Amino acid sequence: MTATIERPSRSRGPKLGVRGWLRWGWRSLTSMRTALILLLLLAIASIPGSVFPQRGTDPGRVQDYLTANPTLGPWLDRLGVFDVFASAWFAAVYLLLCISLIGCIIPRTAEFVRVVRRPPPPAPSRLSRMPAYAKVTGTAGALDIAEDFLRGNRWRVRRTDDAIAAEKGYLHEVGNLLFHLCFIFLLLAVAVGGLFGWSAKVIVVEGKGFTGSLTQFDSFRKGRLVDPDQIAPFSVVLEDFSATFQETGQQAGSPRQFNAKALVSQRPGSPQTEQAFSVNSPLSLDGVKVFLTGHGYAPEIRVTRADGTVIYDDAVVFLPRDGNLTSAGVVKVPDADPGLALTGLFLPTATIDPVQGPISTFPAARDPRLFLGAFTGDIPTGGSVYTLDTSNLDRIGSKALRPGESWELPDGTTVEFVGFRDFANLSLAHDPGRWLALIAAALVVLGVSMSLLLQRRRVWVRMRSGGDTVAEVAGLSRSGGGRVHDDVREISTLLAGTSTEN
Amino acid sequence: MAQMSNAAVYASMLVYTLALFAFAASLAARRVPLAAKQPVLVGAGGPDQVKAAPEEEPGRRSGNIALSLTWLATGLLIVGFIFRGLAAERFPLGNMYEFSLGAAIAVALVYLVASTRTDLRWLGVWVVGAVLLTLGVAVTLLYTESAQLVPALKSWWLVIHVSAAAISGGAFTLSAGFIGAYLVRQRAEDRGRADSGLAARLPSAERLDALSYRTIAFVFPVWTFAVIAGAIWAENAWGRYWGWDPKETWAFITWVIYAGYLHARSTAGWKGRKAAIIGLIGFTAFLVNYFGVNFFATGLHSYSGV
Ligand code: HEM
Repeated sequence: MTATIERPSRSRGPKLGVRGWLRWGWRSLTSMRTALILLLLLAIASIPGSVFPQRGTDPGRVQDYLTANPTLGPWLDRLGVFDVFASAWFAAVYLLLCISLIGCIIPRTAEFVRVVRRPPPPAPSRLSRMPAYAKVTGTAGALDIAEDFLRGNRWRVRRTDDAIAAEKGYLHEVGNLLFHLCFIFLLLAVAVGGLFGWSAKVIVVEGKGFTGSLTQFDSFRKGRLVDPDQIAPFSVVLEDFSATFQETGQQAGSPRQFNAKALVSQRPGSPQTEQAFSVNSPLSLDGVKVFLTGHGYAPEIRVTRADGTVIYDDAVVFLPRDGNLTSAGVVKVPDADPGLALTGLFLPTATIDPVQGPISTFPAARDPRLFLGAFTGDIPTGGSVYTLDTSNLDRIGSKALRPGESWELPDGTTVEFVGFRDFANLSLAHDPGRWLALIAAALVVLGVSMSLLLQRRRVWVRMRSGGDTVAEVAGLSRSGGGRVHDDVREISTLLAGTSTEN
Repeated sequence: MAQMSNAAVYASMLVYTLALFAFAASLAARRVPLAAKQPVLVGAGGPDQVKAAPEEEPGRRSGNIALSLTWLATGLLIVGFIFRGLAAERFPLGNMYEFSLGAAIAVALVYLVASTRTDLRWLGVWVVGAVLLTLGVAVTLLYTESAQLVPALKSWWLVIHVSAAAISGGAFTLSAGFIGAYLVRQRAEDRGRADSGLAARLPSAERLDALSYRTIAFVFPVWTFAVIAGAIWAENAWGRYWGWDPKETWAFITWVIYAGYLHARSTAGWKGRKAAIIGLIGFTAFLVNYFGVNFFATGLHSYSGV
């Protein structure tokens, strides 16, 4: 890379040759215009990511889209519109931008170091050509006054016999370079997170727990360089969970507060500690954070054979179907003979709607009810624990139960609705790039603020000797903004003021 | 409390409407003499030449009345906003209705503060129009009863994020006004017709360009900060700081386009008109994020109650 950072050589002939072309290519890539076009391309390339459903955030909707558009869908899929931010063309744009950025920062940093080492450049011969210019009648001492003023205001000053050259706002450039550089670090941090990070989702019923191992997770996504056997060895038991909801008004039923308490042990054998956590206030394990993202109900169901043997006794996770936590689930009882399976609908606040049937009207358990259907036959094992294919099964009957009530099936088996517990949806995340991302982001904000709020500018003051003593003041902005006009005005007012006083 | 909030909001809309008429009258009467263009020292930032214009400049009185009305209306709106917060016992930026009130206040305040430094009465129609439109959409389409927040929205980072976003929205709106005026005026100047029609009522193209730049130079760091504060909140709530949900995607697009604007201003061949158009596209992206995403997309950001 170092060999290629050359400044334009002007005296080249029309023949370019390979090196010439390379140099031309590099220079075009790192030009301001290319950077601008790449930025605009990056914006355009992101748009499909918000128009089409994305696999990364919503795989279900991608599937729906593909089913609904059987001809167009696969083509769009091949173009990568369902995975925009992982697609080759998106990567091409931002990688080119990064290269351009690096190719831009290095020479600019070198140039800046050179500028800082040198004193401000001497006054150009025709100050009146400068964008800001004023002429005042002053005294011979005007240069001293101007110099004092400029130094007092932390300008960098170069004094010659008849003129002053001063420059200010180097921090503008520092900020600009810092910002562009840290933007690259931010992207690096994202890459680190993508390669070495992982995330998982777990559903935990109150009173139960899980450990940091793949078999315990309901879903798991990992970066390319993560060893799935090396997930942290913690264990977590969900001791307590509580949810409160808006009781009245237009938004009745909206969740208001979720609180959870867990017993945590960082590794096997280490002491257990109790930690409270809630939404926006995650549980911290060694390098892993556990976020509370949702909740639902798990009815406790006990199945007893006619002879009194308990063949099933567990709290079963029922998945919520709507905001009022109408929840559906399945119980497969493997030890029953013949096979027995139950499908259920749990309603925390039950009503029978004439159109929709049994439905919950409030998410908290005001009047909980469990609607069960029982099936017998060859119960399919494996597959989802939340659904049951009943097409090959015989229906035994159905029943609505309140907590504590039981239902006796024709063969004498009893199904008891013992009670219900809360469950929590937890999301686990390990992202080793987080801190780098945070620091880089903070420096990006700092750098961009410095760059845009500070202005780099030069001013010159020159005495013209002759009949009267005339001082010329001129200024040039080296960045956006017009503060140099104020500087010139201020200095010329100062000098003019001294002339009237004397 | 909530009723008082609503009453104050409606009262402010009434006063804004009066201000809008006064601004329109002022703009219609206004003439910027061509000779008042850019003396040597007028650049961005100085005491304004226009301010020094003689007292009997047409449209000045109605402009001043309009400005006072705008202050009054904004005061009322702030009262409505505060009552809204008192009613819910929390910071009142928890749903789209409240965000709209906040954004309207931000637009108005950014404008009013800027006009204490330089004469911006000519821009009043645009600003008050935008405020009224925002409030109109808020009270008709977005209104939600005052209530507590869903758990994910209870976070100080969210308050910081949303406040910075509202301020950015205010400054973006202002910048779009400057840029639009710049395009009109530039075109007229190029054709030598800056002495009639709307163009004659606007400051010089050079000054409008400087105003656009300064507004965007101010807002770009704020917006950068807003996006990052949002990412910190997202990290706290969901365990990932960036997930490309539609709101995040459009925030990014907006950011990138405004970065493009800043670059274009220092790129040969892109200064002036092209840079201005990029600035307008940036504002459009912001609007898409504000309206479009909330109504049409479902993401984690879909606020409660819309
Ligand atoms: C990741 C993409 C980039 C972003 C988000 C970005 C953003 C910005 C921003 C916001 C500014 C405004 C600062 C100011 O005006 O003082 C700026 C200035 C600048 N950028 Fe970039 N930039 C990017 C890439 C590049 C690249 C690739 C180059 C090299 C060709 C470059 C060269 C410059 C230069 C020379 C300035 C100073 C312009 C001036 O002072 O007016 N930028 N950039």
